[in-house]
Amino acid sequence: MSMTEPSTLRAWLLAEEPTSRRQARAASLYQGWLTLRGNWLSMIGLAILAFLVLCAIFAPLLATDNPFAQDLANRLKPPGWEGHIFGTDSLGRDIYSRLLYGARISLYIVLLVAMVAPLVGLIIGTIAGYVGGWTDTILMRITDIFLAFPRLVLALAFVAALGAGIENAVLAISLTAWPPYARIARAETLTIRSSDYIAAIRLQGAGPVRIVTRHIWPLCISSLIVRVTLDMAGIILTAAGLGFLGLGAQPPSPEWGAMISEGRKYILDYWWVATIPGLAIFAISLAFNLLGDGLRDVLDPKGGE
Amino acid sequence: MSAVEIRDLTVWFGDGDERTDAVKSATMVVEEGESFGLVGESGSGKSTVLRAITGLVPTWEGTIRVMGQPLGRRRDRTFYKTVQMVFQDPYASLHPRMTVDAVLSEVLGLHGFRDVDARIDKLLRDVGLGPGFRFRYPHQLSGGQRQRVAIARALAPEPRILLLDEPTSALDVSVQAEILNLLTDLRAEHKLTYIMVSHDLGVVGHMCGRVAVMQHGEIVEELGVTDMREMRTRHPYTKHLLESALRSVR
Amino acid sequence: MSNLLDVENLWVKFPTRSGIFDAVRGISFSLGKERLGIVGESGSGKSMTGRAILRLIRPPGRIEADRLTMTGTDVLKASEKQMRALRGHHASMIMQDPKFSLNPVMTVGQQITEALRTHEKVSMKEARNRALEMLDAVAIREPTRVFNLYPHEVSGGMGQRIMIAMMLIPDPEILIADEPTSALDVSVQLQVLEIMDRLVAERGMGLIFISHDLNLVSNFCDRILIMYAGRIVEVCEAGKLHEARHPYTIGLLNSVPNLESPRDRLEVLKRDPAWREAPSVSALL
Repeated sequence: MSMTEPSTLRAWLLAEEPTSRRQARAASLYQGWLTLRGNWLSMIGLAILAFLVLCAIFAPLLATDNPFAQDLANRLKPPGWEGHIFGTDSLGRDIYSRLLYGARISLYIVLLVAMVAPLVGLIIGTIAGYVGGWTDTILMRITDIFLAFPRLVLALAFVAALGAGIENAVLAISLTAWPPYARIARAETLTIRSSDYIAAIRLQGAGPVRIVTRHIWPLCISSLIVRVTLDMAGIILTAAGLGFLGLGAQPPSPEWGAMISEGRKYILDYWWVATIPGLAIFAISLAFNLLGDGLRDVLDPKGGE
Repeated sequence: MSAVEIRDLTVWFGDGDERTDAVKSATMVVEEGESFGLVGESGSGKSTVLRAITGLVPTWEGTIRVMGQPLGRRRDRTFYKTVQMVFQDPYASLHPRMTVDAVLSEVLGLHGFRDVDARIDKLLRDVGLGPGFRFRYPHQLSGGQRQRVAIARALAPEPRILLLDEPTSALDVSVQAEILNLLTDLRAEHKLTYIMVSHDLGVVGHMCGRVAVMQHGEIVEELGVTDMREMRTRHPYTKHLLESALRSVR
Repeated sequence: MSNLLDVENLWVKFPTRSGIFDAVRGISFSLGKERLGIVGESGSGKSMTGRAILRLIRPPGRIEADRLTMTGTDVLKASEKQMRALRGHHASMIMQDPKFSLNPVMTVGQQITEALRTHEKVSMKEARNRALEMLDAVAIREPTRVFNLYPHEVSGGMGQRIMIAMMLIPDPEILIADEPTSALDVSVQLQVLEIMDRLVAERGMGLIFISHDLNLVSNFCDRILIMYAGRIVEVCEAGKLHEARHPYTIGLLNSVPNLESPRDRLEVLKRDPAWREAPSVSALL
């Protein structure tokens, strides 16, 4: 882009009369960004997430030790002891370094689940909502069956069938996480379906596939994104739970849930072993929740005025 | 050949015990180039007639002919190229996430037009919006501007018949005047046939040549606008409607 | 004679991303025992004025005024508790759509008696009797039957009459009606307005009738304020509307299609930027 001077770029983005498709799209993104920036809590959430992403990316540079290197002579040392900022765990591994590498695993799990579950939910929910009738009944009863199981138990069953490991844990979590998204997408579709702008495009001869993918999806996606960010904490905790039960990330991988589970045995005498990864999970969950709140304001299709 | 011919049209919602007939054996004939009004109060079934013609309500029986062709359950592309509709609430009839350009390009694409850019410019000019509005989102437009966009969308496939469902009832009177003038001009320019639904007798009297009055799903009377102005009505309900309309104006 | 309401230099401001938006810009008016119409198009600030009087502007919106007194109480300085007493007891408000202003899970009777009992200590039995009387007063034919209905079981016109009953039962001195009939059919509209008009006259109340419909307002008011862009551009007596001089008022009158005098084209309002900047006309008594 030739216009790099901030004031001109800003003027271009806030133009009353955009002159191209690209400008209109950029302007609408910029408006959203301005709204989000106005919500300082969300900005804190975003900052925490950005920080965690940077930590994950630069883990090899930031880590002080090898996260897998055991040092049985220095096990369970408190934070600050001989260069171990957060202390060491039961095998003498540096908790700080493990936390950094663990961020990679946690973000990886979160991103994968966040891609799969809402997408499955979106497809099933919008089809059920738009087509209606028998299709709706069958799809929604399947959704109900999935919802009726406790999430962790269902995930356990899937992992047991698929075998332990991070990828399978992600798959299992996704398979248990989609029904609420399907519900939301269906409810939204039902209201959108009867609106005049859908009637108008039907009167132009648009078919159901086009209407669902081009007109209904863009409106459902915003509420799904918000819901996903609010669910992130739950997803991380389920992943941690699977790790804790030994069905998710396998030792010695520094997944945060697995780290807590290892620290559990020492929680009374050596609090930091379980607490520090716990704080990390807390931070990422909080960050997603704060961001989700702000995104709700930005993505609300009725807003923007 | 009449543009729209409706005989014994019954439209219902719900099934079995829950069935309610919104329109009961309505018959009306609209000639080509005519501007026909359907008036009645809320729940009289006037909008339902339009929705049955367009196929938005599938539960109807009777005969509907458009340009001589009888309509079945399904509508094809040629139908949508002949008949288009403008909705009541311009705040609800535009997709909140699509720019004016996106709306019109999609519609033109659906009808197989190639010269999309030139056509969008012309459509916007036709409805009195400059090219500056092309890349705006609905929330950046006023109610009147939105309704102009909705009219441009309806005109995009170059239809012969325009169904107008209370096109100005959500607008301020001064904006209503602009939109009604625009509709008058467009009708003359594109030789359109209008079927206009409204609860406002003043608007219908201004726009239409002939008017059908609906009550409880039935067409109780059909009369010319001159008769309407001079209160030459046969049905007491028409009289009652006219009197309330005149009294609230005076 | 003391006025029911005095408003001097009223501003309603909303902070937005691009600065402060002034919805109402320094208007002054007073209300005696009369029927005052406030007319304007959407965005003219007429509804904001009505809400500001009862301090119903939600934050971050702000109300500022040199003076805003209602029946002797300073609205701007009153505590939230005083305001609650003021709303209902001294002034009531009827909104546009009864569907949204009636509580869907309470019967009509419960809502009316509750409206009465929050402002007056009366027994259940007396409240019921007064509510039935009130329903009768708003021309509801079978008050005892309607008393036990839920809001979704009544028609729009009846819903709005119930709203009127509910708003008038605490015997307020001022009634603010914000587009009370624009969601209703023409024939019902007049009936509802006539009932409102009759009750206001019988009880010697002050009425503020907010509407976009100049003709309708002129039928039911004594004095009309015409608002444009947050200011009052003209004040005129309802009977002398045809003598109105401001081009905006004339434009509004002429842009309505008239059944009796047909025209080929409707007159289109040409908005003069100077209207925005002209000082607000005072409507103090």
